Order: sequence, then structure tokens, then C-alpha cells
Amino acid sequence: MTKPLLSINDMSIVFTSPDEPDIEAVRQVDLTLTPGKTLALVGESGCGKSVTARAVLRLLDKNADIRTGEIVYDGRDGQVDIARLKPDSTAMRSIRGAQISMIFQEPMSSLSPVHTIGNQIDEIIVLHEGLKPKQARERTIALLDQVGVPGARDRANAYPFELSGGLRQRAMIAMALACTPKLLIADEPTTALDVTTQAQILDLLRQLQDDFGMAMLFITHDLGVVAEIADDIAVMYLGDVVEQGDVFEVFKTPKHPYTQALMSSVPQLQRKADRVRLQPIKGTVPSPKDRPVGCSFTSRCPHAFGPCAGTRPERTQVSEGHMARCHLLTHTKEEALV
Amino acid sequence: MTTLLSVENLSKVYTLGGGLFKQSRELVALNDINLTVEAGETLAIVGESGCGKTTLGRCIIKAQPVTEGKVFYHQDGGQKVELTSLDKRAIKPWRRDIRMIFQDPMSSLNPNMRVFDIVAEPLRVHRICKGRELEERVVSTLAKVGIPADAIGRYPHAFSGGQRQRIGIARALVLDPKLVIADEAVSALDVSIQAQVLNLLDDLKEEFGLTYIFISHDLGVVNYIADRVVVMYLGHVVETSPTELLFERPRHPYTEMLLEALPIADPTRRKGRNKELKGEIPYLGNRPQGCPFHTRCKYAEDKCRAEKPVLRPINGTAQMAACHFAETLNLKGAYDAAPQKVIA
Amino acid sequence: MAVDTVVPAGHVAPAKLKRESQLALMWRRFKRHQLAVVSLWIVVFFYLVAAFAEFLAPTDPSAYSARYTYAPPQGLQFIVATEDGGWAFQPHVNGYKTEVDPKAMRRSFVIDPEVIIPVQFFAPSEPYYLAGFIPMSIKFMGVENPRDPFYVLGADRLGRDMLSRLIHGTRISLSIGLAGVTLSLFFGIVIGGFAGYYGGWFDSSVMRVVEFIRSMPTIPLWLGLAAALPKDWSALQTYFAITIILSLIGWTELARVVRGRFLSLRTEDFVTAAQLDGASDWRIVTRHMVPSFTSHIIAAATLAIPGMILAETALSFLGLGLQPPIVSWGTLLQEAQNIRTLATAPWLLAPGVCVVIVILSLNFFGDGLRDAADPHGR
Repeated sequence: MTKPLLSINDMSIVFTSPDEPDIEAVRQVDLTLTPGKTLALVGESGCGKSVTARAVLRLLDKNADIRTGEIVYDGRDGQVDIARLKPDSTAMRSIRGAQISMIFQEPMSSLSPVHTIGNQIDEIIVLHEGLKPKQARERTIALLDQVGVPGARDRANAYPFELSGGLRQRAMIAMALACTPKLLIADEPTTALDVTTQAQILDLLRQLQDDFGMAMLFITHDLGVVAEIADDIAVMYLGDVVEQGDVFEVFKTPKHPYTQALMSSVPQLQRKADRVRLQPIKGTVPSPKDRPVGCSFTSRCPHAFGPCAGTRPERTQVSEGHMARCHLLTHTKEEALV
Repeated sequence: MTTLLSVENLSKVYTLGGGLFKQSRELVALNDINLTVEAGETLAIVGESGCGKTTLGRCIIKAQPVTEGKVFYHQDGGQKVELTSLDKRAIKPWRRDIRMIFQDPMSSLNPNMRVFDIVAEPLRVHRICKGRELEERVVSTLAKVGIPADAIGRYPHAFSGGQRQRIGIARALVLDPKLVIADEAVSALDVSIQAQVLNLLDDLKEEFGLTYIFISHDLGVVNYIADRVVVMYLGHVVETSPTELLFERPRHPYTEMLLEALPIADPTRRKGRNKELKGEIPYLGNRPQGCPFHTRCKYAEDKCRAEKPVLRPINGTAQMAACHFAETLNLKGAYDAAPQKVIA
Repeated sequence: MAVDTVVPAGHVAPAKLKRESQLALMWRRFKRHQLAVVSLWIVVFFYLVAAFAEFLAPTDPSAYSARYTYAPPQGLQFIVATEDGGWAFQPHVNGYKTEVDPKAMRRSFVIDPEVIIPVQFFAPSEPYYLAGFIPMSIKFMGVENPRDPFYVLGADRLGRDMLSRLIHGTRISLSIGLAGVTLSLFFGIVIGGFAGYYGGWFDSSVMRVVEFIRSMPTIPLWLGLAAALPKDWSALQTYFAITIILSLIGWTELARVVRGRFLSLRTEDFVTAAQLDGASDWRIVTRHMVPSFTSHIIAAATLAIPGMILAETALSFLGLGLQPPIVSWGTLLQEAQNIRTLATAPWLLAPGVCVVIVILSLNFFGDGLRDAADPHGR
């Protein structure tokens, strides 16, 4: 197995607020990213997947605090614990954008509307690589070409609003790749796109991963997209990674009731005769304030029993690399009832 | 089956710009749309952004004026009412029969009105009932969509997205409609909530004998809920077909492309790299000559660039497509790539 | 039949529901802005002063006394030394004595700590009418002997009591702001509302007119209009004329705000939903749209008041707005126009201080309201 590029160990993130009690948005998360592989972070809105990703870049809001745990990054200058760096320190800045970069759901919010996309990409190259503007522009054009922007030389002079949603997303990917990062964090990059454009962008990301050999942390709520692009999957619910493992294995034998329920909530492409009624998860996601004491999924779990309400399940290994946090893996119902 | 609604030669043209110093430009959002909705069916309208599916829904319900064409609503007795020519007052009675569910659960409920008033508003506007009767009807409708009676005094911001969408559904149903137009009604919801709402829509259809026009971009959801599908591209209907036939064997290359692009929640059916998806939807303002899809179509020939195909039944099946080669092309469906069942 | 019928479960009378209205929510958000809350109290204080001007002002604002021209502020004191060396509580002011500057041979007043003039709270007075119609014969404070000098904030060129004039000026200046804004609000909502709801050519032409009015330099415009007022008009007529002149400009800003809200609300799904319910235009506007932006209007109106007050002050200061004998902050400041007067009687600037305090408070208050009215704000 290749050496991990980034490992998040036992990380908890707490949001503090002067008026309200602290909210633990992410609880004891362990994730590993390896070069050339894609880890998909899946969950519904508010599950903490974006917070986790932003923590890696230390882009969290002021009131968020990485309470425990470490984010060990094995970068160009040896191992560093990102969780211990100051968000605006030189060390962090040399990692952010250059070695780890990020693409977002809405490209318009991260592209400057008053500069051409060419200039924006040039600037990053000049800043991090120290190239001359002329050389930087050549790199930019090559990059835009690589991410499939047609007529890259001319389009480099276009402003973001002159591009379609798909092209904008491509331009942002080019920008993220400007310094050949070792890790690319993609936060719902295809959610706002049409299905045909989404397929193209997913293709592109896969292609680029082959070319650059970078690791990718892919955040999405769409299980179809996960199945399409991920090597590993981590399912989050209310700040917990409830299940993680190889994508083929998790899809085939999901062990956590939440993963199972999530999968049976998605309509399958089936003929009328085979069609089964969807089995949605009952209720709604409680707010992190009202998180059940034990397993966070207790209040909606169809299998909840004895220990669930009171004890938080441990990370349990199901098979090689496949983990889940569920009491069903360590107890049988009968045993618990005794 | 009886026809409930028919749309004939409907067109919608927006005039853009046209200020003091500018020439106005025309933007054709809907181009000569013909379709029928049968009583009791769920008709899905699918397509990517800008294809005109939302505009079509709004034109049918007369939330927007149409430029040309007719929309007939077929009453129980068999008489037809033409909706587009009616003025505000004359169309009011038909607003009871045709209702709408909106996409965005945040903006479709008035933040300053209590849930009770939101759902009671249509009853009050139509002067159907008042007092105790009104109250009972609102509460029972809300109960049917799963909103408890003790919550009716709250404002929308106190509810989650899924609950708000339920309230929107209650507002549509409180008038006992015949036809409900659901415009991306589940798109803004989380997966698990989406499943709840889809099931709810299914149950309500059964209970109230509803007909749905289900506007969506999500083919997975459409396959689950729809009986028949209308595929739109750049303001044109390119294919209409019973759902199963459409997914089994699409007749229009655009439908094939949509199915090809659809990610399936099963890594073993991963589609891998796909070089055949190309191009993007052209801007509505510079619509291509000939077949609207020819710029992205891998089967396009000279005829496609010159001549616009007509929507016609294909080989005597229930499928209709607007493609010059619909009869001969052997297009790939989606079912053969579909998983049996993910969870045993 | 029993009087108190049991309401079946699930049937809650809507009228009795516990609820938090939009305004209550807004108030809760507003309370988080401490500066705005303090400002609110200051504004309330000034408006109370304006409302009870006759009661609070110790003397008639136009009562003059040639003996006490430019008498300095006496200041209010509460403790007197008693003969046995102790002290006692006795609100009082000190009298004056005159001193003659030996060089310039100019007479000037100096406070004489020896003379103690007792001050009475809720003192009986000449009968007067509060706000013009409530007969009263008691004042907030007064001296026992009406002949004694009583100039807490000093006196002006004619020996008139500055405090009384300031209090009466507050009434005129603040009410002109309020009246002007009310008038602006009326025009703004009607014109802006129509423009926003119907859009199209009406909207464009209204907006061009608004832009035209706003592009005119305001001070010369006011000056021109004010100069055109007939000199023989009564004080009341001038007052209303000035209000109208001020709101002629003021409505444009409010019309813009209203129009903007209407335009953005018109495309909201809930308005479309109301249209699809079959609701009439009137019902849509009054029941669905207006309640969604009343809070914004209140905030915008609050922010418009300072402009009105400043405009009145400026006009009157230049001698073109209200004219003496009407007492307003502007006409009072007119007295403080030359530097020599200021050197001898700096207390004449008190109205200026009031203007600054009120304007700042109204601005902070308006900002707080605006933030609180924005549902996207925290």
C-alpha cells in the first residue's frame, strides 16, 4: 500500500458561540487520503462533511475550533500537523493553494468577477512558482486546454460571467491545478451542473487524477456520483463518520443502518415490475444541539436497541479497511436485551 | 383513459432588451409544444436547465402569458375550456382544479404568514368555507401531508425543508385539485427527505385521484414516479414516451445522452470515461438551425443541420421522437446497465 | 349544552395560537444592537421633550428681559450650605452680579454664589394649554418669584431663556422631520409601489423622474423654493410649506426602496403561489407583499428623518426656512452666526449639540432597525 498523503486522526471540531452552548460539528473523525485515490465524503446537509474538508485547509470560521486530533500531511517538506499550524501562517499558506487546493460548488463565488480567468490563474502561478508573467500565461493556456476549455488562448481573456456554468467549473479546476497540488478537495463540484455537464466534469477529474497522480477528497450528497468516481467512501451523519471503507465493499454490504437507509432512499433504475417502494428514513436530521447522547442515528434508526441511546458505538472493523460505528456489529439484539 | 389537459402549438417568446437605444432581441423559450395529459397519469417533463420545462409548466397554469398556442382543460362532462384566452377573473374557477407545487421550499411560503393562513389562503380566496369548517379542512389537509395540528400556528422558518415542502403540497391539495404541476418539487431536498416526499406524492395521488405533471431534471426520480415522459431540449419536445420504453430504448439521441450521463448508485456499473458526451447546451439566443440538438449529436448528418425534424410516432409504437433517424437508430437504454438491487 | 365545550384534539383555534409575529422577531434581533437600543432611548427622550414642550419649558420662549442679555448659564444645584455649617437639600440656582471690565468698560454678568434662588419642581404657573388644547397650570420646574432670573442654560441677545427656546425648538425641528417623512412615505409607497408592482413603461418613467429629481443639487433647489414662499404667510403656513418642500425630495429615496422590494418580491414563489390561488392584485399586495417589507419601510423611514431635520436646520440657519418668531433649532442657530457672539455667549450653540445627538441617534437606531429587519441577518 502506498504511503498516505494526509491522515486525519481523531479530529473533533467544535463551534463556539457566546449565547449558546458549544456545538460539536465533527466528532472523532479518522480519514486517510492516498495519492492517486479518491475518497468520497457523503452525507446529507449539515452532517459536517464540508466542515471536515475546510478544516484540512484551515478555512474554518473564527468560531470553529479543532479541539482534538491531528491532520498529518506528508508534503514537500516532510510531515506537518496541519491542525497545529496557524490558519494564516506562512507554512499554512505555502500548503494552501499550492499543495492542497479546493474547488467549490459555485465557481462564481471563488472566481473574481472583475479579473479575466487567465489573469487569475496567472497570478497563482506567479505567486507560488515564481514564473514570469509571459511564461505563466503559457502555463495557464496549457492548463485551460488540459481541462477542456475550447479555444483556451482566447477564453483566457474572458471574464467569469462570460462563461457557461460548465466552463466556469473547468476554469476553477484549472485554477486549482495551477500548482499541481498533491491533494484536491472538491466540495460538491457538480451539484449545480446539469447531468451531461456533470458527467463531463467527473470524467475530467478522473483524467486529471491519472495525469497528476493527486489524491482527491470529494464531497457530495449524491450516491450516484460517489459510485462513479470514488475509490473509498466515508459516510457522515451528524458529525460522525458512521461507516467508511472501499467503495465497492460499502455499496455491496453496507453495515451501518444509516448507510443502508441512504441507499434505499435513492430510486433505483428499475423496470416497473421490479420497482420497490422507497424506504425513506423516518423523521428529519436533528440539529446538532439535540444530538442523541449515544449513537447519533438512534432517533431515526429502525434497528435501535438497548445500548444505542446511551452509549456511543466504537469504530468497529468489519473487514480489511471497512469500518462502521454501530452497536449491531458488536452486540446482538438478544444479548443486549438480557 | 380520458384526456385531462392538452397543449396545442404552444410557443413562448421573451423579448429581451429593447431599451431606448437598443434593438430588442427575441428569445424563444418554447417552440410549438404539443402534448396531452391523461387523467390519472404522472407525466414527467425532463430536460436540462434552460430547456423550457419550467416555463412550460408556468404557461400551462397561466402563471405566465403564452405568446401563441392553446391550452385546453377537459372538464368532467367532456367540454373543453381554453385557458390561455381567459382573463384573471374567468380563469379563477379553474385555478381550483389545477394547482402547483414549487421547487424552493424557502421562497414558496410567505415568511410572514402562519402555516394555517398559508394553507387556508386558497380556501378564503375562493370563498369555499370559513370558520370552523375552514379550520377543520386545513387541519385535516395538513394531517394528510404529515404536519401535526399543533404546528399550524408557527411560521415557515420554524420548519425544516422537507416539512416546508409538505406544507406547500398541502396548499396545493386543499382545494381538491384534479391536476397538480410539481416543478422540481423534490430537487432541493436531501436524499432521505426526497424519498419521504416522493412516497407522499405517490400516496396522495392514490387517495385523491390526482394527475401529476412532474417537472424534473433527475431521471432516476422520473423513472420511479412517472408513467410517461416528455423530454425537452432548447424549448422543443424531442421525445415523448411511456417511461419504461424510454429507459429501455430511447428514440432520440439526446435522451440517450441523458441516460448515458446519469450516474448510477452502484460502483460495479461504473460507466467510466465517456468521450461521447460532448458540448454544452447552446445559449437560447443562438439556437442552431435545423435540428436543435445537431451541435452535440454524434449521429448528426447534413440533413440535421438543414432541416428541423418533426415530432412523430416511431414505428407505430407509443413513442414519439423528433429526430430524422429515429426509426433506424439503435440507441442505448439505461436498464441494461441498472443494478438488480443494491441491498438484498 | 355545556358552556365550555371541549375542543377536540387537533382543533386549535387559530386566534389563540401562541405565536411570535415578525415584529416580535425583529424586536428581539434589534435588542442585540446595544448602540441602537441606547439611541432608541435618546430618540424617545427627545420626542417626549417635544411632546411636552410647554410643560417642560420653564418660561415662555419669547418672553424677553432687557436686564439679562447674554446672561450665562446658571446651572441647577441641589445642595445648600446651612447656617449651622451643615447642608440641606434645596434645588436652586444662583443669582447674577454685574462686573465691569476695567479696560473695556464693558458690563458683564457673573454668577453670584451668595444669592440663592430656590427652584421648585412641579411649580404652579400661569395657566397655559399643553399641545394647544389641554389646560394646565403647572410646570415641570420654576422659581418661586417670577421676577428672579432663571436661566439654566443661559440667555440670548434679548434675555430670552435658552432652555425654554431649545425645548420649543425641539418640538418644531423634530415634528418637521416626522411630518416630512410621513409625507415622503406616502408618496414613496404609492408611487414606488405602483412602479414596482406593474413594472414596464410606468416603472421606467417613474424611475427616470426619480433620477432627475435626485440629480438636482438639493440646497439651491430648497433655497429657490423657500425663497418663493410669500413673506406674508403665517408661521403655520410656512411650516407646512417647508415640510412639503423637504418631502418633495425625500420621497424619491423611499420610492426607490419600496420599488426595489416590490420588484424582488414579485418574482418570489410565494407571490406566484398567491396568484395561482386566484387572489386579486389588491389582496396580493396588501396581504402577501406589504407585510413582507413593512419592517424595511420602517427602517428606511427612520433613516430618512435625520436628513429632514438637517435640511430644516440648514434652511432656517440660512434664513430661508422657518422665520423668527418660530423657534426651531435652525432659527436658534441663526443667533449664533457671528464669531463675536460665540465668544461671549457659547451657550447659544446648545441647539447644535442637540442636532448632532439626535441625528446620530436616529442614524444608529435606523441602522439597528435595518439590520433587525433583514431576515437573512443573524
